[in-house]
Amino acid sequence: MEIRRRKNQIEISEIDPFLAELLRQIPASTSTDGAPAAEQRVFSPPVNGTEAELCAEWKMYVEPELRRLFQTATQTVGADLEQLNGNEKSLANRTLRIPTKHADAWLSALNQARLVIATKNNFTEVELNDHLRSPIGSRRDLSLFQVNFYGFLQEYILRELDC
Amino acid sequence: MSAEPLAIEVAVPPTPGSMHPMSAAPSTIGSPTIEQETRAEEALDLPWHVVVHNDPVNLMSYVTMVFQRVFGYPRDKAEKHMLEVHHKGRSILWSGMREPAELYVQQLHGYLLLATIEKVS
Repeated sequence: MEIRRRKNQIEISEIDPFLAELLRQIPASTSTDGAPAAEQRVFSPPVNGTEAELCAEWKMYVEPELRRLFQTATQTVGADLEQLNGNEKSLANRTLRIPTKHADAWLSALNQARLVIATKNNFTEVELNDHLRSPIGSRRDLSLFQVNFYGFLQEYILRELDC
Repeated sequence: MSAEPLAIEVAVPPTPGSMHPMSAAPSTIGSPTIEQETRAEEALDLPWHVVVHNDPVNLMSYVTMVFQRVFGYPRDKAEKHMLEVHHKGRSILWSGMREPAELYVQQLHGYLLLATIEKVS
């Protein structure tokens, strides 16, 4: 896989079918359905204490706005990822072009996905920082790889925004 | 990493954004009595801290970018706060009135950072 900046786009080329599938899974990976801990992490309370009134107001007024914000970002990413659709069974490498104006949406969706996957799997800080982990041998390993792969993309996008 | 504690900024609060649902201004001018009560309450409320807590998932570079964007901090100051979060578990990013503090926390949650407001004891 290669990533480079081309004018107003970030071009990811030579995407093999495995990585293409991981990319396709970004929108679905942001879902907190059936995972209360992930829901709690994505929509964290605004106070540590017991400010019941503020928490209730937050749930009523702020959370719906955040939900819309996250959903919009995920939809933008989903639309960009349609470039990878087609013959999913084909083993040919793919190319994905992300308009730089969608960079914030990608950062958000990748972050949502990383947080939800990490929370669902209860990854520890040690696991998340273990870059010498052995090859993927379980569903948990795959999820950790997914978190790290999405993190790599985030880093690249951040570097491009910095330029 | 610098071991020095970071200075707490007690800044002049920005004008709260009109989109902030909890700061929605009334459509008509309230009675003078209510206005006086609100001011007194705000005076008693000062100050509140905006605190960001450590999170093993968020990337350090991402957190730095968020601090730059939300608070307008230069990179070195944003990095200093990011490292404080990373090493000490939390950092006070801003202090001031409750309403803008809530607005900052809302913005930070929009970037999926773990942030809370805390009343200064």
